[in-house]
Amino acid sequence: MLTILFDGIAYGMLLFVLACGLAVTLGLMNFVNLAHGAFAMAGGYVTAVLMNRYGVPFLATLPLAFIVPAIVGLLLERTLYRPLYGRSHLDQVLFSIGLVFMAVAAVDYAMGSQQQLIQLPAWLQGRVDVLGIQVGLYRSFIIVICGVLVVALQLILSRTRFGSRLRAAVDDPRVARGLGINVSMIFATTFAVGSGLAGLGGALGAEILGLDPTFPLKFMIYFLIVVTVGGTSSITGPFLASLILGIADVAGKYYVPSLGAFVIYTLMIVVLILRPQGLFARAR
Amino acid sequence: MHADPTAETATPSSTADAVRRRLVRKGRWSVAEIAFWLVAAATLVFLPERHLILNEIAIIGLFALSLDLILGYAGIVSLGHAAFFGFGAYAAGILAKHGLADPLLGLAVASLATALLGFATSFLVLRGTDLTKLMVTLGVALLLGEIANQASWLTGGADGLQGISMGPVLGLFEFDIFGTTAYAYSLAVTFVLFVIARRIVVSPFGLSLRSIRDNPLRARAVGIPVNRRLVAVYTLAAAYAGVAGALLAQTTQFVSLDVLAFHRSADIMLVLVIGGAGYLYGGLLGAIGFKILQDILSAWTPQYWQFWIGLILVVLVLAGRERLTDRVKALWPRSRPSPDGKAQALPVTPAREV
Repeated sequence: MLTILFDGIAYGMLLFVLACGLAVTLGLMNFVNLAHGAFAMAGGYVTAVLMNRYGVPFLATLPLAFIVPAIVGLLLERTLYRPLYGRSHLDQVLFSIGLVFMAVAAVDYAMGSQQQLIQLPAWLQGRVDVLGIQVGLYRSFIIVICGVLVVALQLILSRTRFGSRLRAAVDDPRVARGLGINVSMIFATTFAVGSGLAGLGGALGAEILGLDPTFPLKFMIYFLIVVTVGGTSSITGPFLASLILGIADVAGKYYVPSLGAFVIYTLMIVVLILRPQGLFARAR
Repeated sequence: MHADPTAETATPSSTADAVRRRLVRKGRWSVAEIAFWLVAAATLVFLPERHLILNEIAIIGLFALSLDLILGYAGIVSLGHAAFFGFGAYAAGILAKHGLADPLLGLAVASLATALLGFATSFLVLRGTDLTKLMVTLGVALLLGEIANQASWLTGGADGLQGISMGPVLGLFEFDIFGTTAYAYSLAVTFVLFVIARRIVVSPFGLSLRSIRDNPLRARAVGIPVNRRLVAVYTLAAAYAGVAGALLAQTTQFVSLDVLAFHRSADIMLVLVIGGAGYLYGGLLGAIGFKILQDILSAWTPQYWQFWIGLILVVLVLAGRERLTDRVKALWPRSRPSPDGKAQALPVTPAREV
């Protein structure tokens, strides 16, 4: 029971790291980016390729799994995404679906359609017994890393000048621009960091979530659930939403395997009907 | 068609007359339209070896037409329209498997069932932003896909629904392996539904839908019952998609989980985008373009044709899909906007900025 809770928390934390970039994209620029999963996949493949082909140790690949998607994200944001900010949601959806299709086919072409397996270092494998609970070492590692990231993000958002600018821009881009905040700059930076975090999440999750070319499509709905259910006005909303989603998903798959997916989708629809702005969003 | 309250009560009768005249004028069939359907009918005789793919085109065209009704006319962004397509396909397939072999009867039952589903889920898309609608429609499609996967005693699960045997259409025409009957049947159904849709969009009802799409706040303010209209058109579009799915099930005599898959919802959006949303031929022309494109691409790179589909989507959006459809429309002399007839677009003020 507690093991399931623990696994669920690890899963939820992972989902949060994967999805928090999307929360900012949606909240800040009101851009429906369905291609967010592609950045996560990029990070996962960076790690897989580095480890399997060049023998780089797992930990050393993680920074690269952050940097490469971040740079790709920055380039794409500056070139392709930016012209679409003012456009209709339909355009944005079509554009990002197009990107997803391209990413899926390109990775399939370059890497093959099979699952990418990564070999975790020995000190991260196995489980230990803590107070009678079976605790997976790798999952504890994920919880620690993601926990640190969450705290760091929260501190950056609430304590730094950049964070207050970002919050101002999310609340009201027009006024923020009027106050001399360079919203476009802030957005480019956040987009890059969000893509990088997604990449890091993809690398960390390669072991748990699996990694194959259809990754962006498979997990798109999860990212979107985190963001829509959590709301885009704070970082705690998506965080709580991803914890709930992670625990519900793991518990659902464990206790009622035949109903696992129903629970998630039904919950999502119900939440969105009752609270269209998200569970934790302030009413506007 | 009942009279439109917005034209009758809120405005002087001269405006009502002008609107009526304009609708009647738009309701007339142009030469190009008649030619389009004549060509379509001629393919029945002149392209006998292509009937299987033409059948698919007719079905996809009908499906895209159904998406156009809610996306192009009512402005509801849906990422799960395959839910209705798949539901109709399974309904028709299961009916046929359990003895109801008459195609038209199966079609009617399937479309009624899908309309019910559409009616029930239409209340879910009334609230919230575009994103919420996207998520809810996507969620409904995923749920149905999951149900179809789990309820394998009914749907055959991952193996697909096999053993469908259809009776002859109208008791006269047996389905043949060349797809000629199938194509004629699909084309006829698509044509009939197209005529109905065409009548609907030039009615005051269709006009009110477009005003809801352009500005829901103002539409509500001039007295259009926004929610009722949206429920009605969503139900109608669901029934159309259900018919398209049922046609696929009946003519291919096989249904798989693929009919509910996400890529179907995405593909149909692409079809509509290729053809242009917001006018009825968009779906049909898009279906022709899409199928030809898919044929060429999958012959060229069988495994990776999705890459090119994605690239086309990205380029289309970046190049501006409205401009593209406007250019196509400009070839159509009657649809070219006349200076006095075209309403001035008003700037939209999102609610959160007020």
